[in-house]
Amino acid sequence: MTVDAGHSAASRTDFSSNLAGRHSTSARWRLVFMASTILAITFLGALILTIIDDAFGYVLMVDAVDQKSLEQDGVPLLEMDANGLRAVIEENLSNRRQRALNRELPFEERSTADLLEIVLAEIVKPEVVATYTLYESLFNKRAIVDNASTAWPDSTLVFRSWVSMRFLSSSQTARPMTTGVLTAVKGTLLTIAITLLFAFPVGIAAAIWLEEYATDNKLNRFIQVNIYNLAGVPSIIYGMLGLAVFVRVLEPLTSGSAFGVTASGEVANGRTVLSAGLTLAILILPVIIINAQEALRAISGSLRHSSLALGATKWQTIWHHVLPASFDRILTGTVLAVSRAIGETAPLVVVGASTFLTQDPSGVFSKFTTLPIQIYQWTSRPQPEFRHIAAAAIVVLLALMLSLNAFAIVTRNRLRKQKRFG
Amino acid sequence: MNLLTKRSETTRLEAAIHASESEYALEAKNLSISYGDFKAVKNLNMGFERKKVTALIGPSGCGKSTALRAFNRMNELIGGVHTEGEVLFHGVNIYDPDVDAVQVRRWIGMVFQKPNPFSKSIYENIAWGARINGYRGDFDELVENSLKQVALWDEVKDKLKDSAYALSGGQQQRLCIARAVALKPEILLMDEPTSALDPISTAKIESLLDELKKRYTIIIVTHNMQQAGRVSDKTGFLLLGDLVEYTETKTLFLNPIDERTENYISGRFG
Amino acid sequence: MFSATRAPYSAILAAGQIKASQMKQEHSALYPEEESGILTFTKRSRPVETLIQAFLFFCASVSIFTTLGIIIVLGVESSAFFREVSLLEFLTGTTWQPTIGMFGILPLLNATLMTSLVAMLVALPLGLGVAIYLAEYASERIRETLKPILEVLAGVPTVVYGYFALTVVTPFLRSILGQDTIEVYNTLSAGLVMGVLILPLISSMCEDALSSVPRSLREAAYAMGATKLETSVKIIVPAAFSGIAAAFILGLSRAVGETMIVALAAGAGPNFTLNPLKAAETMTGHIVRISGGDISYDSMDYRSLFAIALVLFIVTLLLNAMSRRIVKKYREVYE
Repeated sequence: MTVDAGHSAASRTDFSSNLAGRHSTSARWRLVFMASTILAITFLGALILTIIDDAFGYVLMVDAVDQKSLEQDGVPLLEMDANGLRAVIEENLSNRRQRALNRELPFEERSTADLLEIVLAEIVKPEVVATYTLYESLFNKRAIVDNASTAWPDSTLVFRSWVSMRFLSSSQTARPMTTGVLTAVKGTLLTIAITLLFAFPVGIAAAIWLEEYATDNKLNRFIQVNIYNLAGVPSIIYGMLGLAVFVRVLEPLTSGSAFGVTASGEVANGRTVLSAGLTLAILILPVIIINAQEALRAISGSLRHSSLALGATKWQTIWHHVLPASFDRILTGTVLAVSRAIGETAPLVVVGASTFLTQDPSGVFSKFTTLPIQIYQWTSRPQPEFRHIAAAAIVVLLALMLSLNAFAIVTRNRLRKQKRFG
Repeated sequence: MNLLTKRSETTRLEAAIHASESEYALEAKNLSISYGDFKAVKNLNMGFERKKVTALIGPSGCGKSTALRAFNRMNELIGGVHTEGEVLFHGVNIYDPDVDAVQVRRWIGMVFQKPNPFSKSIYENIAWGARINGYRGDFDELVENSLKQVALWDEVKDKLKDSAYALSGGQQQRLCIARAVALKPEILLMDEPTSALDPISTAKIESLLDELKKRYTIIIVTHNMQQAGRVSDKTGFLLLGDLVEYTETKTLFLNPIDERTENYISGRFG
Repeated sequence: MFSATRAPYSAILAAGQIKASQMKQEHSALYPEEESGILTFTKRSRPVETLIQAFLFFCASVSIFTTLGIIIVLGVESSAFFREVSLLEFLTGTTWQPTIGMFGILPLLNATLMTSLVAMLVALPLGLGVAIYLAEYASERIRETLKPILEVLAGVPTVVYGYFALTVVTPFLRSILGQDTIEVYNTLSAGLVMGVLILPLISSMCEDALSSVPRSLREAAYAMGATKLETSVKIIVPAAFSGIAAAFILGLSRAVGETMIVALAAGAGPNFTLNPLKAAETMTGHIVRISGGDISYDSMDYRSLFAIALVLFIVTLLLNAMSRRIVKKYREVYE
């Protein structure tokens, strides 16, 4: 009873004097933390909105020759088949030019898209005078129309979805109005197929070695540390490796000349789909290994023990029990890695992606381009049309990645269900 | 006589089936097991009689599970375990550097603390082990026989293709026993096989042991003294890695010689 | 008392219907060893298992070949480069103009550092804020919703970020700061967008660091009457400092190696400037631009790219190793 009541009361007020202030500081900072989170999400929103904004919108075009005058039996130009287009060319193009084009490739052998390209480029000669974003098209339509009718009275204003079936199914051309992503999509799919074919088995095997077999010795520890290090190496370095090894040293193999294959007369110099796929495989290998290791580590020891106690060998245990049990996780990890590979650009530029392909890639020894490469090239062009094309290609790329992830989730869930009831 | 000649023809690491000069199915000689600096089992000398149930009891951490896992070389699956001494099976030291651990485990089966069936069908759970060990008989018959031995056949005969996970915990554990006996092992090691089960399932498994010991030598680790009393013929009491007392179960529980045994069975420490 | 629960075996036997004939069958020899009557414990040679094991090891060693490949490729081409350009000139020269034989890496290195620092100025405070919010404030449900969104942000291809920087951020900055003060290509815009790219990495690593601080420390602070803010900022964040430092270093390494954003938005031409509003080419940007054009092997241009890549490789390797070492250390402290 040495502390008197007065003293303790005084100290209590001392302590509580700034409590309200402390609470309001706490609340303010809470808002700051929340704001930074919201800001991060806003970025994602802005990114997506920008892409959508650029992928649709009005295009103001002036044609040298009115497209309506070219209609055949009421069929508009853009919906014509090859025969109709050939007729248009015959009617409107000078004989000399026709002969020149025919010498390049006979009209009978040209595809519809190719013919349309000729009609647009040689006869209609439309010129894009202005493009508008989706936002402008929706909320500033009046200004756009006014501006169009005063500045370019002959122009046509069309609402254009830059992502369209035509865009998806057309090969690469030099003009933004007619170009498509088919070449790039084919290139991406072929490249990724090579990547997966190599990286998936090798990655899983390496993970099995490290998790199930490797004893704790210097070599295995070194391999493990090395894999972590490789996962942090910038992707462009892998591009340099691919350039020096796959494109140059292994050129006979990667160009196909060692197998007597040349991609329809083109000289690819080792700058092929195969080189690109292998480069990406080496790039994502550490990621696949690390993910698969985690998947294997998640399997309980009791599963392994119960199998071994039955006189199963190590490999029988892994093949029959450990791998099936961890496969859903391995799949998810692999899809994450492959998603990364699909979006990679820098290493492929270094390995030697083609800037312009006259032919779609047809096999592993073809020259290649991929979706990200196309996006890079279109984005770096100053003309506004290319910016819309880039946005459209981004939509395709993101859709591809999204569907891959969706496929993985569905498959994983099906596997999990099987595990439970099978 | 015939068997003896056969024995003499075999090499160092071979043994004629169902014949051995030893009265023991399995014998530990000077067996010591350590994890790093910690000695879990110290100089264990213990013989396990044929077609009998032997129980290993003792407080947790006494080394009884470690010893059991040493009998079919399961310990070496965990890193950092060091084993010294011998475990003789048919006169062969299973720790001989030339012995194949896979082959040892094939003849000395194991049932674990928690039921751990494979994520396969009931049928496959039993057939798998037999298949990888080159079973030549009829698989349907094998599955049926094995399930009957653990009195599970009637409960599952209509859903052999169902997942083993659909069974109750007690049924799963009996399935795990069936899985082990499908290989026709000589010895069954059981590591607290009922500790994760309810009393009724426990009783069923205890009843099974009576019948199973007609065909197999059984070594069971249990933390439950009553269980040891009910199911075993002989009991060994381990404390801090030492085998304190090892004798007929009845003797051990009624007239323990060592004071420590008496303290333990009377519940003075646990 | 225990025997009461014990079912008579005969009852179970009856239920199981084991017939004597079936029991007998067990002794017929159905396993190979039983048939021969001899158990063999000798090590079996299992050629398939050995082969598989060798294959697995080979696959694991592919990673070593990769590292060796990188070191050899960068080393060989760089040494050819350094035969003609002295290391001193390379590291201290302030002009990079291959056409006139000037190979000073400083302009490229400087641009790389500028974009990376701008990126870290964005990513670190924001990432830490997000991490504190997620680890200390957000409810389980909000956390479960926000984390996948951040992962999406991390999964967007970098070329898309480059597009975003060039078509949105740069015009936005120019409209604010004036068309004359800020160039079309500038390191500021590239750095800002790179910050967004790195943000998810920083926030997830910081969150790991924050949540690995023992609960007891948190409870001790609360028990002394600290508010939530005081607990998180004055107790948890300092305790998790090494983890946050590791996140910063790893983020920096990512920023140094990042290519597409700077290739599109930072500028196409080496420029030794400290002004973030001006165009300047980074190391990665230069490699991409030059190798994307027609380049003849065995030229100084070609070799110089490998010399730059070697610098890039060493810098990122050191940063990564440093970051991992720090993480390992704080894990040891708390585990």
